[in-house]
Amino acid sequence: MTTLPAVTAEAARLDPNTPLLEARDVAVNFSLGSAIIARMRHEEHVLHAVDGVDMTIERGEALALVGESGSGKSTLARALSGLQPSDRGEIRLDGKLLPARRSRTDQRKIQMVFQDPYSSLNPRMTVGGMLHELLRVHHVVPRDEVESYTRELLGLVGLGEEAVHAYPRQFSGGQRQRVAIARALALRPELLVADEPVSALDVSVQATILNLLQDLRAELGLTLLLISHNLAVVRHLCARVAVMYLGRIIEVAPTETLFENPRHPYTSGLLAAIPRMTFTKDGDAPAVRGDPPSPLRIPTGCRFRTRCPIAQPICEQQDPALTTGHDPAHAAACHFAFTAAVPQPRQPTDAADAADAGATS
Amino acid sequence: MSESTAASSGQGWVAAGQPLLQVNDLRVQIASRRGIVRAVDGVSLEVPAGEAVGLVGESGSGKSMTLRAILGVLPPEASIVGGQVVLDGVDLTELTNSQLNKIRGPRIAMIFQEPMSALNPVMRVGNQIAEGPQVHLGMNRAQAAERAIELMRRVGIPDPERRYRSFPHEFSGGMRQRVMIAIALSCKPSMILCDEPTTALDVTIQDQILRLLARLCKESGTSLVFVTHDLPVVAQICHRLAVMYAGQIVERGTVEEILTKPCHPYTLGLVRSAPDVDHVRSSLVPIPGSPPSLINPPTGCRFHPRCKFAEEDCTVTDPPLRSIDAGRATACLHFERCLDELRTEGADL
Repeated sequence: MTTLPAVTAEAARLDPNTPLLEARDVAVNFSLGSAIIARMRHEEHVLHAVDGVDMTIERGEALALVGESGSGKSTLARALSGLQPSDRGEIRLDGKLLPARRSRTDQRKIQMVFQDPYSSLNPRMTVGGMLHELLRVHHVVPRDEVESYTRELLGLVGLGEEAVHAYPRQFSGGQRQRVAIARALALRPELLVADEPVSALDVSVQATILNLLQDLRAELGLTLLLISHNLAVVRHLCARVAVMYLGRIIEVAPTETLFENPRHPYTSGLLAAIPRMTFTKDGDAPAVRGDPPSPLRIPTGCRFRTRCPIAQPICEQQDPALTTGHDPAHAAACHFAFTAAVPQPRQPTDAADAADAGATS
Repeated sequence: MSESTAASSGQGWVAAGQPLLQVNDLRVQIASRRGIVRAVDGVSLEVPAGEAVGLVGESGSGKSMTLRAILGVLPPEASIVGGQVVLDGVDLTELTNSQLNKIRGPRIAMIFQEPMSALNPVMRVGNQIAEGPQVHLGMNRAQAAERAIELMRRVGIPDPERRYRSFPHEFSGGMRQRVMIAIALSCKPSMILCDEPTTALDVTIQDQILRLLARLCKESGTSLVFVTHDLPVVAQICHRLAVMYAGQIVERGTVEEILTKPCHPYTLGLVRSAPDVDHVRSSLVPIPGSPPSLINPPTGCRFHPRCKFAEEDCTVTDPPLRSIDAGRATACLHFERCLDELRTEGADL
């Protein structure tokens, strides 16, 4: 049905064991205000949004990156896509190290779909204009095929040919997100990074976009990195999940393993906090206490210890590394993730809840 | 002052079983350049004392407008054009603004979605919480401050004596929403209206806030009207549920009934289009099409252009919300088909 190649020729030549994308110790810092004033006030002015992340994405897989706001998941996605320079670490695509300034060919290979289709499309350009420009700049197809390729792209995402001459404002939210996906696919990327692609949409429309992403993956063999805070969406779409907390990945596992047998206390809390279709939250203590600490003042040792129900003295001193147990696909960054003796969880009371939140706010 | 005491003691003589709040055939219209938008079109709702009722719908279904109309805080271009909002035997739509001000706070309060834009950014949060008790409960400044600190402790704000003097920007999103809840509770209202209070929050914070709301309302016997687009969230806190579509209520019942046996194709669509954490389906079933314009809504049933069960009569007859069981009502002429479909598909909702 399409001339979009399932896997690019270049990729096929490579060793199949090389992961599509490999990130080592990637860090992104933002500096807030002046260093001098911050020092005078004894305040931290460097915000560690992403603080040493290792990650591999295999060719053809769907990996999810979940976490709360401020966990650095979007910043990491932007760093991987080359939209945000990283301060440390290296990113390899097909085994080749990506330089800080990427070539146009490298840029092409990782494409992004953003959360808000209302602000990520140029309101002054027709959909056709948008796609034509992209195709001409990147020489994706010969000039005389631009027209037909554009139509083909729109068909792929379920939009009619009349969409070519329409402006973004003439579309509904779901249709705009389709345009955004078409724009990302136009360059025949190897990795599609979707940053909360459905959270700005209504529930009944979300399903159409999720189904589209699923179909596209099956049809084109796309590799997908899905960023989401919605664990139901993640479980539906992805085979592997990475959980982020305060700039670090704290657990990675195949989706079912993670949902059935989470090893990090934060992941357990996150899963318990999801509202279920069944009645009801009554009386018992919240799944995770307190607020996340500010990324300006990351706790010493394990960064989750201020909210952790099983925190021990060692958690304050040692930063746990991401380690695996007997299952090499399942890694967690907790001192007690794969030990037999897990400390008894403290029963969180309202008072303790309050005290903890006080320490972090 | 004496008036508000009289009003709050009025709660006592509401006969048992009689709804605390009764909305009858409420109609709200918004004047826009392209015509009159019938945002709320004949909504009837009952909230018994001490119960939590959920109002679910997509954006543009009129759920927030209904809530705002109850409290009389509609945007300037919108107005109530018909119907009644009866709270304890008093029709709120007939009251003047100054009469309403005596009711807002001690009788009925509201929690908004965005605490940052609902709170006063240049006023200390303690003073914002203490303002209500001073105005409505006749407390002096010291008493009101004491009450504010006690409320802050109850909603789980740590170190309330110190945080009393903080400004909203110094709080996190979850803490700001706790402040909003403290303000709503400050004058001991018999009813709290919640407009998507957890939509802007992270899932762990949402969990904390939902538990807090549920606990506080249980303790004080406060009724809740909870507006959201998120079905699982509603299941956490409400017993009864009304589903809105295009300005009308299309289905009503208990949360459990509606989530397990939806009797309206729209509700069925909503339940099946949302991915469920506990139950992974091979593919989601979206609702085709998009919500209709409320300037020229479709004739007959407003859902018929998107409905796969639609028949000839659906395009002509505007189906009324009719009772099908105790406490259960649907506005679908052919609701049996939803049940049939569920039965043929077995457990795969």
